[in-house]
Amino acid sequence: MIVTINGQETTCPPLTTVLTLLLHRQLDPTTVVAENNGVIIQGEAFATTQLADGDRLELLSFVGGG
Amino acid sequence: MSFLPICQELNSQPLDELIGTQDENAVLRALNKVSLRPEDFMALLSPAAETHLEAMAQEAHKRTVQHFGRTIQLFTPLYLANHCSNHCVYCGFNARNDIPRSQLTMDELLIEARAIAATGMKHLLILTGEAPNKAGVDYLEQALAVLAPIFPSVSIEVFPMDEADYARLIRAGVDGLTIFQETYNPELYAILHPAGPKRDYAYRLEAPDRGCRAGMRVVNLGGLLGLDDWRRESFLTGMHAAHLLHAYPGVDIAVSLPRMRPHTGEFQPAYVVEDQHLVQIMMALRLFLPRLSITISTREAPAFRDNIVPLGVTRMSAGVTTAVGGHTKGNETAQFEISDSRSADEMCAALKARGYQPVFKDWESISGSPRPEAAR
Amino acid sequence: MNDLFDIGGKHLQSRLFIGTGKFADDALIPEVCEASGSQVITTALRRVDLDATTDNIMQHIPKRMTLLPNTSGARNATEAVRIARLARAMGCGDWIKIEVISDSKYLLPDGYETAKATEILAKEGFVVLPYMNPDLYVARSLVDAGAAAVMPLGAPIGTNRGLRTEEMLRILIEEIELPIIVDAGIGRPSEACQAMEMGAAAVLVNTAIATAIDPLAMGRAFGNAVRAGREAYLAGPGATRTLASASSPLTEFLSGAQA
Repeated sequence: MIVTINGQETTCPPLTTVLTLLLHRQLDPTTVVAENNGVIIQGEAFATTQLADGDRLELLSFVGGG
Repeated sequence: MSFLPICQELNSQPLDELIGTQDENAVLRALNKVSLRPEDFMALLSPAAETHLEAMAQEAHKRTVQHFGRTIQLFTPLYLANHCSNHCVYCGFNARNDIPRSQLTMDELLIEARAIAATGMKHLLILTGEAPNKAGVDYLEQALAVLAPIFPSVSIEVFPMDEADYARLIRAGVDGLTIFQETYNPELYAILHPAGPKRDYAYRLEAPDRGCRAGMRVVNLGGLLGLDDWRRESFLTGMHAAHLLHAYPGVDIAVSLPRMRPHTGEFQPAYVVEDQHLVQIMMALRLFLPRLSITISTREAPAFRDNIVPLGVTRMSAGVTTAVGGHTKGNETAQFEISDSRSADEMCAALKARGYQPVFKDWESISGSPRPEAAR
Repeated sequence: MNDLFDIGGKHLQSRLFIGTGKFADDALIPEVCEASGSQVITTALRRVDLDATTDNIMQHIPKRMTLLPNTSGARNATEAVRIARLARAMGCGDWIKIEVISDSKYLLPDGYETAKATEILAKEGFVVLPYMNPDLYVARSLVDAGAAAVMPLGAPIGTNRGLRTEEMLRILIEEIELPIIVDAGIGRPSEACQAMEMGAAAVLVNTAIATAIDPLAMGRAFGNAVRAGREAYLAGPGATRTLASASSPLTEFLSGAQA
């Protein structure tokens, strides 16, 4: 299925959850926030939130700033 | 929140002691600060400040010129009626005093108003005693219909009223409220006001708050100096002004410093306020509240009034009579003896001689009020 | 001396907030936290870079620090609210610094949008610290909107020009009941000291520390300066005798009084 992640179209296997996606990309889930189709996904729900074809996912983390 | 709970809290503190024990260091600190706190105000009112009046004067003069320029706004009072149901022991209008009582009809008012306007005065202060049946809100509203077309600014110094009545008079053309608490000391207040509606200390104390909320452009406070210890009274007056300045940022807050004068009746002031005390109060107020307007009336003598022009005063009355219809009739109904009976022209000359510009008109509402008649 | 800064449910000993931006090496951050004594640190929120594995800033921020994420990037209230909610979803607390800037030249904040965002986020239980121009009316609307403090700028972000807005800051300190945290523009420890002496509750310093040649030493200096300024403020000013001026005396007319 095609999921847009941070503005880029990406192919993902079906039944990918947010958690499996992060782990696949070598991202520490505790340092990332996720917003799928404009809705914030809480950290506890990463493992159970399945992505669907056409989803627009935003993954953000804290960076340096003033 | 009104000033009442604040005043009660302040009155519960040992103010005489707090002010009386301020030392010279406290005075010097206060003189060097940009932004004074209540403790600094106390220091400037204290006995320790009495040897620093010249330093206070230089600083007060500087601040006044910065915020007000070298100008003095002139106004004049017009007594509409001296009927009164109060028994204030210090006042010539005391219901028990046997003086002629009078109330202007609208025709008489028009004649009086035109006489005043002919002298060039544009800021008017209208006064009555407290007799709502005879000279109440309705009467005042009628009077404003006569006065508003003639004077760009009309203030009232009458009995305290509800917010709704203040709003009504504002719609009729009033833009300023003057109301003196007389004394901020509740026990003394009760003694001085043995009978009549004025007995209600709290209602009177909260009148400036109501006036601000109703939409008054200017609100003028004060205590009658001489009734109680002037240091404490002035401190509370200043704190009252500070509260209003903070709570109602859009309103121009002013303080008057009326000092007791000879009048009908036997009451003598319990405290004597000397010239240097009055000057100290004015300068302390100026430094504590740099943008506060300060008014000195014709209770004070001409030479004294001229000398204090550079020290913090921003409003003065001229062409004054405290009698009902006194500009056209006689003086028998007067509230108190005035000391400076100079006319508007004479005041102007005196101010100009001291390098100050007299200002007749500082304000005109363009939002719906009737236009004034031909200007001077 | 028990002079804790109570804000957002915390009782802070340090009145110096620091940032994490512009460091040459993020590994310096924990040492700067230590050297400066700061207990509150800001971060920004950005999209994860999926193509490169960069160090995450969180690993450089000691656990004891209170995090103050900012909404930088937001050009209006809606964007600021979104960023704030995302930041809270990280699970590191509910403090948020509202930064709504649609001016890329001077980076000046939009007070109106900031107030709108403050109201929404305060209702959602955030501890809101809005960054603003030192404007009295905007400050009053932030008080009404439920802010926990206001953060007026001393000078535009990154300029290190000191307290250019000194008079306006004084007015805010005088008139606004909330803590005033001077943010942006502080270039030197003396300027942080001055802000504290004036009565500010705290200061936020990022650029001046992060871009110093020796950020640790600079962090230490700022920590000392903020403490010094605060102590001076609490001690109260000294009594200075003004020299007699040569201008004409104003009180000679008072017979019997000292001239």
